[in-house]
Amino acid sequence: MAKMNRERLEVRRVKAKRALSYQKRQILLCAGTGCIAGGSLKLYDYFKEECARRGLDVYVGLTQEGETEDPADPKGDGVYLKKSGCHGFCEMGPLVQIEPEGILYTHVQLEDCDEIIEQTILKGKVVERLLYELDGVKYTKHNDIPFYHRQHRIVLENCGTTDAEDIDEYLAKDGYTAFEQTLFEMTDEAICKEILDSGLRGRGGGGFPAGRKWDSVRKQPKGKKYVVCNGDEGDPGAFMDRSIMEGNPHSIIEGMLIAALGAGSDEGYIYVRAEYPLAVNRLKTAIAKAEELGLLGDHILGTQFSFHLHVNRGAGAFVCGEGSALTASIEGNRGMPRVKPPRTVEHGLWAQPTVLNNVETFSAVPLIIRKGAAWFKSIGTEKSPGTKAFALTGNVVNTGLIEVPMGTTLREIIFDIGGGIKDGKKFKAVQIGGPSGGCLTEEHLDMPLDFDSLKKLGAMIGSGGLVVMDEDTCMVEVARFFMNFTQNESCGKCVPCREGTRRMLEILTRIVNNEGSLEDLDLLEELSATISETALCGLGQSACKPVQSTLKYFRDEYLAHVVDKHCPHCNGRRKVLQIDPELCKGCGKCMRQCPMEAISGQIRMPHIIDTEKCIKCGACWGCCPFGAIREE
Amino acid sequence: MPNGIPMERVEEIIDGYGCQVHHLIAIMQDIQAEYKYLSPAVLERIAQKLDIGVAKVYSVATFYENFSLDAKGKYIIKVCDGTACHVRKSQPIFNAIYEYLELEGKQKTSADGLFTLETVACLGACGLAPVVTVNDQVHSKMTPELAIDLLENLRKEETAHG
Repeated sequence: MAKMNRERLEVRRVKAKRALSYQKRQILLCAGTGCIAGGSLKLYDYFKEECARRGLDVYVGLTQEGETEDPADPKGDGVYLKKSGCHGFCEMGPLVQIEPEGILYTHVQLEDCDEIIEQTILKGKVVERLLYELDGVKYTKHNDIPFYHRQHRIVLENCGTTDAEDIDEYLAKDGYTAFEQTLFEMTDEAICKEILDSGLRGRGGGGFPAGRKWDSVRKQPKGKKYVVCNGDEGDPGAFMDRSIMEGNPHSIIEGMLIAALGAGSDEGYIYVRAEYPLAVNRLKTAIAKAEELGLLGDHILGTQFSFHLHVNRGAGAFVCGEGSALTASIEGNRGMPRVKPPRTVEHGLWAQPTVLNNVETFSAVPLIIRKGAAWFKSIGTEKSPGTKAFALTGNVVNTGLIEVPMGTTLREIIFDIGGGIKDGKKFKAVQIGGPSGGCLTEEHLDMPLDFDSLKKLGAMIGSGGLVVMDEDTCMVEVARFFMNFTQNESCGKCVPCREGTRRMLEILTRIVNNEGSLEDLDLLEELSATISETALCGLGQSACKPVQSTLKYFRDEYLAHVVDKHCPHCNGRRKVLQIDPELCKGCGKCMRQCPMEAISGQIRMPHIIDTEKCIKCGACWGCCPFGAIREE
Repeated sequence: MPNGIPMERVEEIIDGYGCQVHHLIAIMQDIQAEYKYLSPAVLERIAQKLDIGVAKVYSVATFYENFSLDAKGKYIIKVCDGTACHVRKSQPIFNAIYEYLELEGKQKTSADGLFTLETVACLGACGLAPVVTVNDQVHSKMTPELAIDLLENLRKEETAHG
């Protein structure tokens, strides 16, 4: 292939755009982790075979392998089959979208494919039974569904509509034009200023202005500098970054290229959690394609600018999401944070100045350059412009990935987009920002979500996980769950975090088991204060936030556990516990666990609970291997 | 061939990374991907090839959750205990499998060497909670009964194929 320069890239883009305009009939199969687990790749293969068997022309990429001529308009009734990124509506997967009508089919199974081909592809009719239904209304089009309708998708726009593995499609959708603009028309100073003016703040937690970070690295003395992308999305209940890496990997590469130009770097790393194998593969494919086109490597587009990009897999340590731990891990060391200052911008990877941002931040950069800082500032709030992606999970009707302008209220997110609480229950709290965040309650539902208002409440946006909890959830148990997580993930470097979280977990476990005392609550508060003041890194400093915020808003639940020895949420919600004789295998485990000796029965025969003796503690419920304990 | 891992292959992997120390994690990941765990002999060989102390290799291997210094079963079962799976009751699934495999205390691998049971921090498939993976294949919306069925089928397949 001839060496790529700006003109040749433009030719390729024009060609890709033309090819894209020919694509009328498209079948888009969601190929995010969620839908793949639901079998979407089998659907893809089936559609491919079956459409071909029925004599339809099937195309799987924008430009076919080895094609040198301009793509011709197939005119006829060809079908374009694509594996798209995550649509975000994981609860409804596997998802199949049909273009040009924009029909979204949900929960599609192998046996539905024939009907889709016959009715929709061949006759243009809608298969009603596969449509999304809410309150008796069926929604044909993807954009009409309340879940999507109320979102503002800019970073996630291409996730779900674009073939993530096809660089031509990214080019056709104006991909890499922002990079070209910065490469040929902007100085490094201007790039940093544009990002600073846009007010883009790091989407990984702290919310530090990205432009200021880039500018600090730019101002460091000349020499080796790095650009690192943090894709170590460790917060349980968060999967925004995974979806972007899987669904729109080129936007991250383009964002990093622009950062490299702004900061004066020639090498970059993307650090991805090992738990995201699909994201690693998609990124590697995308990098290989970009290298092939001369968008990565030496003398990019015929200029003096060079940039080499590597992918590193994490190995299962939550703390590696912290900047200095992450760089230590890339260097091949134990991922343990170090004392700061010096900051990463001065002393980052291999002790060189380093720009470190997360996936969502880099992904927003090309859009800001293309549409301008003013456009970005017009979305969201004054101090927190732009949009934010959230992973909405837990006891909510519509779980999935959403993107809304900063400043959207929790009520809009949970009730309008999320469809409210599952099974008609009452909302109790939402945990924001994972184990380092805090919980928000009913009284915060109408507060705008942005970096600063959350900080004031002692919570944080973090990476953007939103776990919704209903009225039945015991908040003490939630606090214990998060403490168990942080305790496990503490790297052990500093004593307050290593020993403190362990003791706090012991205390919380004691309280959950109704064995705690009032002094334990004071002890929890004291330990929380000490750990947050003395721990070295963000993990330790924020480890106590779930405890602190539950103690603040749900103190009565702690008191129920320590004073009454009876938590209405752990016990009270169960009316009567009984054993389902069909499911019970008579293992005897519940009998041994029961503190009241209320369970009797012979080994290998169904057991019985004596409802007179039962205190509904739920010990049997928790230990039954067969799920045979039922609430009557 | 100590512990069933051919050293030639181990060296090939290390050479593939140009014997560079900063690739230590990637090297161990690749070896473990093929042999499911890292034996003492392997760790020593890595140290030797990279010209670093054995202690350094151990320190990294033991720091990260993903590395295992114990042999594992043929099927590695991971029960997701992320927040979303936890609130949708993943613990009873773990307990059911633990009982089914007749594990005791901190034991992770079943006596027949067929299954290893682990928990994993969020797999990011929260929309499908609770989630269980068997050798990285995701099974969504699990219950204790479905999980046991899954294992029973695998066990049957194994006996059928001898």
